Amino acid sequence: MLKKVNEKQKRLSADEIPHVRIADAKFPAPFRSGLEYSSPARGTWNIVHTGMLIPEAHEIFVCAAGCLRGVVLTAAEMGTTDRFSTVAVRENNLLDGDMEDLVIEGVTDIINKLPKRPPAVLVYTSCVHHFTGVDLDMIYATLRSRFPDIDFTDCYMNPIMRKSGLTPDQLMRSRLYMLLHERGKNPDAVAIIGNDLPTDEDSDLMQVLKGAGRKVHEITSCKTYAEYQEMAESSVYVSYNPDAAPGGDMLAERLGGTHYALKFSFDYDEIDATFAGLAEVLGIEPRSNDEIAALRAECEKELKETKELIGDTPVSIDYTYCPRPLGLAKLLLEHGINVTRVYVDGIPGGDRAAFDSLQKDHPDLMIYPTVHPGMRFARTANVEAESGVKVLAVGQKAAAFEETGRFVNVVEGGGMTGYEAISRTCRLMREAYCEEKPMRDLVQVKGLGCEVCIR
Amino acid sequence: MKQTARIISTYSADVMGVCSALFELGGMTVMHDASGCNSTYTTHDEPRWYDMDSMVYISGISEIEAIMGDDEKLISDIVDAAAKLKPAFIAIAGTPIPTMTGFDFEAVASVIEHQTGIPSFGFPTTGMNTYIHGASMAFAGIAERFVDDPSEKSSDRGTLQMSARKIMSMVDSCCARPNGIRVNVLGLTPLDFSINGQDESIVQWLEREGFEVVSKWAMGNSLDEIRHSAEADVNLVVSAAGCGAAKVLYERFGTPYAIGVPVGNELPGLLADQIILNVKKFREMDESASEKAPFESRAISVDSGVFLDGSAGEGGSTYEEGFVAVIGEGITSLSLASSIELECGIPAKVLCATECLDGILRECDRMTPDEDDIIPELEGAAYVIADPLYKPIVPESAKFISLPSEAFSGRIYRDEIPDLTADIDQLLINIK
Repeated sequence: MLKKVNEKQKRLSADEIPHVRIADAKFPAPFRSGLEYSSPARGTWNIVHTGMLIPEAHEIFVCAAGCLRGVVLTAAEMGTTDRFSTVAVRENNLLDGDMEDLVIEGVTDIINKLPKRPPAVLVYTSCVHHFTGVDLDMIYATLRSRFPDIDFTDCYMNPIMRKSGLTPDQLMRSRLYMLLHERGKNPDAVAIIGNDLPTDEDSDLMQVLKGAGRKVHEITSCKTYAEYQEMAESSVYVSYNPDAAPGGDMLAERLGGTHYALKFSFDYDEIDATFAGLAEVLGIEPRSNDEIAALRAECEKELKETKELIGDTPVSIDYTYCPRPLGLAKLLLEHGINVTRVYVDGIPGGDRAAFDSLQKDHPDLMIYPTVHPGMRFARTANVEAESGVKVLAVGQKAAAFEETGRFVNVVEGGGMTGYEAISRTCRLMREAYCEEKPMRDLVQVKGLGCEVCIR
Repeated sequence: MKQTARIISTYSADVMGVCSALFELGGMTVMHDASGCNSTYTTHDEPRWYDMDSMVYISGISEIEAIMGDDEKLISDIVDAAAKLKPAFIAIAGTPIPTMTGFDFEAVASVIEHQTGIPSFGFPTTGMNTYIHGASMAFAGIAERFVDDPSEKSSDRGTLQMSARKIMSMVDSCCARPNGIRVNVLGLTPLDFSINGQDESIVQWLEREGFEVVSKWAMGNSLDEIRHSAEADVNLVVSAAGCGAAKVLYERFGTPYAIGVPVGNELPGLLADQIILNVKKFREMDESASEKAPFESRAISVDSGVFLDGSAGEGGSTYEEGFVAVIGEGITSLSLASSIELECGIPAKVLCATECLDGILRECDRMTPDEDDIIPELEGAAYVIADPLYKPIVPESAKFISLPSEAFSGRIYRDEIPDLTADIDQLLINIK
């Protein structure tokens, strides 16, 4: 069996593991960018998982083998290899300048070999196409003329662009809706867009929409391509994942209707403001003061109960849990919960106010990166884990770094919104505190909440 | 069309092969890539990632750094990290973007070595070849830089000797009669051998046959152990990933090499006999020769392909009909095919999907890098032995026998990967 030749080599002590007091941290980049480490926590979704949300669509990736490897095995672990194909780019293609032909003929070859014609094909090109100036317009025009019965959309696996312009994640979320055909608008239909996980039925957003009698579309509940197309009847598109906002704007511009970017927040006043804005867009009355007071009281009760149960247990939060990790840290600290560490490589723009507040009121809160090369040794240098102190982690990366089975296993906000995000987070923290999970196995599963076959 | 895969997976790439080969040796390996390679490698290609604190990173190259040719950012990032982490060596491996920008791996490695004083390598992988290519390149680099030359110390190399302690240990442990031949095992990575103990089974087999194992590249050995590899009399290349090192060790020390994985009930004994016979013969030939023989002439292997003479196998099977097709890495597949022919009496042909040494495949075998290469070769097969992710293209008329490979399906079937050196019968029972 595995012989641990260099197991637990302590190259760095706990003090040498990169971290910074929040009071000393710079916004938005507390750490210098450099070489990057990859945590074994894998629960966040990638572009394969997200693309598979379009029912019956077929994904074709055109990239070098090294880039294909991760995506093809994502599809295999999902059990969706029948909806996934590849075209390998080789060195001769770079030298010969036949990249357009490779994409067109490769995609054509695959479509002709499929046992059933898909209604839609997502063609993913990559960094090499970007750098060689491939004529994507010509490629898609040719494919559309060859296969007029298939909807094509351009998708991208070009991580080299993650530091300029729209990120690959933002692009992917926008592509999800490019296949929608224009159709008559239904003034009562609303589409929730850009989230990988279904919105909680108990969430504030769903409660507001259902309470107003709206017909709610969401890609996560579409079973067929025809059902997916019905989303285009929506007159309002609501996004609450910040990375979905650019796609929402594109969708409203292309199909008409209004896009509303609901803020994901743990701040009571901000929650009220963003839901009041939604009410205005929907043309309904905002929540009354009494309703708001009841929701706040419920949150206070949950927070108090959580504090009473976990006492001074150290709590760590990471950015994969939700889009506002510092907002969550602030809320918990304000309610006496002992948040000691937040794992985040860059401070999200939406967390600016929480960052400023924490710098002033909780200056000793420690910020840790997740990709800094020194984080390779964070687990082996973890004093709490070694001394048997069990940290309560909120998020997979925090759990992996802290080596704790007491963790909340949720990614990307888990479909929560509004006050419900606070109440549910508290309940999940209490559950996690009371019942340890097999962390090592759970965090290594890709695409948490997605259909996976591996475990 | 070639280069397309409607439904099958793809092999781990050269850049991951570099990482896998060097993983246990205490160095720092940097994939010069924007993003993605690191999570792919650590999720699908590296079963040791959670348990061993090996330093494998990506550079995180951005669009502007690529366009402006900003190598200085990479150099300073590596130098900074190395100053804190103190790796035994530094390796940079390439991906498509540095390939396109004409990144000079050798020059950058040289600058880094000059600035850090740490031995540094630049491996010009492209992300467009299989892991075999990268792992072979990495092992060759280690063979060049880190294997000590015994002639530079007091050494008795030139005679076949073994330490008394080692002899006693071997005699005590397995009652084998030492044959006085020392062996390096080259080409061991989890991509071909997983973490199911087959690397140790190979060592145990060698020791049972009376060999002394000097080093195994590179699972379960440290860089310090590998430094002694020149003390070996022969290299056993168990996957094509070991070819680069075999070649360098031959060039530097004249060490001949055997090719094959000890799998089956008959093949391992034949392989051991060939090694014993040829090591001594080669040494005598080399001692009397005026010029160094070509590398290819110092290969030791078990002759196989028993049906190539035109005779038919069991049930009238031939290489065209009723045969066994083995899909996978060349040396493992060839060894398995040979065992099947020897033990089951059925022709078995290899469909080699990764880079392979020239001249080791037989007349009946094929290089099949793409899905469209493989499909026609499976017509007429009675049995197909392959990773489960090949199953969708296997004809229904053939019996599919699952042989998962980390290099193809990653972690999905890890628990089902057999140690073929310890027990091949569970697999052969499907054919016999």
